[in-house]
Amino acid sequence: MRLTTYVYIALAALAVLAPLIGLYPVFVMKLLCFAIFACAFNLLLGYTGLLSFGHAAYFGAAAYTTGYLVKTLHWTPEVAILGGMALAAFSGLIVGAMAIRRQGIYFAMITLALAQMLYFVCLQLKLTGGEDGLQGVPRGNLFGMLSLSNDTTMYYFVLALFVTVFLLIRRIVHSPFGQILKAIRENEPRAVSLGYDVERYKLLAFVLSTTLAGLAGSLKTLVFGFATLSDVHWSMSGEVILMTLLGGVGTFFGPVLGAGIVVALQDNLADKVGSWVSVIIGAIFVVCVMAFRRGLVGEAQAFFGRKKKTA
Amino acid sequence: MKLKSLNVALALALCISAASTQAQVSGNTVKIGFITDMSGLYADLDGPGGVEAIRMAIGDFGGTVLGKKVELVSADHQNKTDIASSLAREWIDQQGVDMLIGGTNSGAGIAMAKVAGEKKRPYFNIGAGSTRLTNEDCTPYTVHYAYDTAALANVTGAAVVKGGGKSWFFLTADYAFGISLEQDTAAVVKASGGTVVGAVRHPLSASDFSSFMLQAQASKAQVLGLANAGGDMINAVKAAREFGVTKTMKLAGLLVFITDVHSLGLQATQGMQLTDGWYWDSSPETRAWSKRFFEKMKKMPSMAQAADYSATTTYLNAVKAAGTDDPDKVMVQLKKAKINDMFAKGGYIREDGRMIHEMYLLEVKKPEESKYPWDYYKVVAKVPGEQAFQPLSKSTCPFIKK
Repeated sequence: MRLTTYVYIALAALAVLAPLIGLYPVFVMKLLCFAIFACAFNLLLGYTGLLSFGHAAYFGAAAYTTGYLVKTLHWTPEVAILGGMALAAFSGLIVGAMAIRRQGIYFAMITLALAQMLYFVCLQLKLTGGEDGLQGVPRGNLFGMLSLSNDTTMYYFVLALFVTVFLLIRRIVHSPFGQILKAIRENEPRAVSLGYDVERYKLLAFVLSTTLAGLAGSLKTLVFGFATLSDVHWSMSGEVILMTLLGGVGTFFGPVLGAGIVVALQDNLADKVGSWVSVIIGAIFVVCVMAFRRGLVGEAQAFFGRKKKTA
Repeated sequence: MKLKSLNVALALALCISAASTQAQVSGNTVKIGFITDMSGLYADLDGPGGVEAIRMAIGDFGGTVLGKKVELVSADHQNKTDIASSLAREWIDQQGVDMLIGGTNSGAGIAMAKVAGEKKRPYFNIGAGSTRLTNEDCTPYTVHYAYDTAALANVTGAAVVKGGGKSWFFLTADYAFGISLEQDTAAVVKASGGTVVGAVRHPLSASDFSSFMLQAQASKAQVLGLANAGGDMINAVKAAREFGVTKTMKLAGLLVFITDVHSLGLQATQGMQLTDGWYWDSSPETRAWSKRFFEKMKKMPSMAQAADYSATTTYLNAVKAAGTDDPDKVMVQLKKAKINDMFAKGGYIREDGRMIHEMYLLEVKKPEESKYPWDYYKVVAKVPGEQAFQPLSKSTCPFIKK
């Protein structure tokens, strides 16, 4: 068996046993939500080569939608999550259809601009609660039966969804569709010359990514019980880029590791170094860009790849 | 992470076994948790100064209560609601925090109130102004200690009209906070016999206020009410000065902190009226405490920092009087105690969690009137808490029986 297989088995065991060995379930759930978010973002940046600077919009839109559906309309959580994802997919379709007509920095700027518009909509709307946010969202009963208010039950629900997303992204990337996405990333004119309708592939990748980002936002609302402006703020879009780059863009496990590092730093340093958290995370980002551009997992893969070649 | 959690679990197990012999204080220490913005736009107002104020309160109390050590943990929520909420949860679940103090940012403040309510821990909110904390999002464990936007609107509206500012024009930040501030104030102005001649809404984080200033000038109103905060308020004040609006109109800031006046300078802010819950230079007692604070932080305390001190002392007094840190018994004690210290005279915590105390209408001094550093305000009026805050009968808090 390959080394990575062992790593995956060990991590899976750790994830399943986490609540039993004393890891704080709410913290791990938060980490998994952001890991889903980063994996979804990676599908777009890592495998299609599109840098969206407004992914917080889909994360936040779904977060608010799920919160509203559960709190005000008393929907069950699984349907509310689907509702959140549907809205994220729909807004992804609209934004994507406009943005993919441009490339590079212009693409990034269009996604950023539209995300900022959504931020101001969330600030103004009554049902989002403006700067106070949508608060006190109950977790509800899964399928109307299983109460999620217990942290351990909620944890396994989140974990199951995370594993599903992780495997789904693997499947997408390894499918013929994923191969075409990579071809577009490597050389777009060539993909066009081979007869592929590049725009449609890009749009589909964009919508898939926003839908999964929406799943992350919806889950986050259920875990914590609120959706606020920080979910749609541009700094959240920046954070997901940071997570993906730090872990390793275009690797399966990189975004998960990146999300883990960023969330762990933000949570654990908040009470130890106070105001220095942002400086430390910024410094790590600079070091990452200067010294290891492939990210942690990317560098590790390159290292073991070289070893294999020489051996 | 794993190792740390194991340690925490072990420590908790030890604490539990220790607690069985000492029943009245959980975990053998009284632990206070403080979560606020330490690095962002509200850091000046509360932040590290707030931590220092709480430390001073613990020190002045003797460092112990009921013979047990008082500990403080503090954190920077970086204006992210999820960090505030998950830290509060983790502290209560794993570190045995007995009381939480929430700082600035109302989104984070309400999220922490929900966690504290669910876990049954006393929660003092200082820095956030949202009235939702004692209305639809209230819990039996929340104490909203320093101020809220309803009080700011009430005091500024009523007192300015009383002082002759009959006709008003509003400059409002175009989102829920600004609009509710404008509407609350306008209602008070009308009820006190004044008139509102108009209002103009500006987008959040606007940089150019010139057209708004011309509209304000053309209205011929006596008072320009600034229903905005932070950077918007600062830019609006600067623009008002540059356009000479301040020559014909009086500025009334609806949410202005002493740190804003300090950064704007007296030249720009002179003559502006504003409401605050506390001013460092209002009595010998406040001056004495503020001098001590100044020695540590090199700046004078804001209302929020003074309230951090006062809230900690009030809580420790309640623990002492109740003879336990049991949350329900402490809350009963808190709601019957009178608060008399350098922050509040005769203050009390109402059933819905609102702390009622005197509010001040202040006027910014002219540069030549300011005799020493931080000598910024004249006290125009002192408004009793019962008039300043929203009456209990109007509270939408679900557990208040009517």
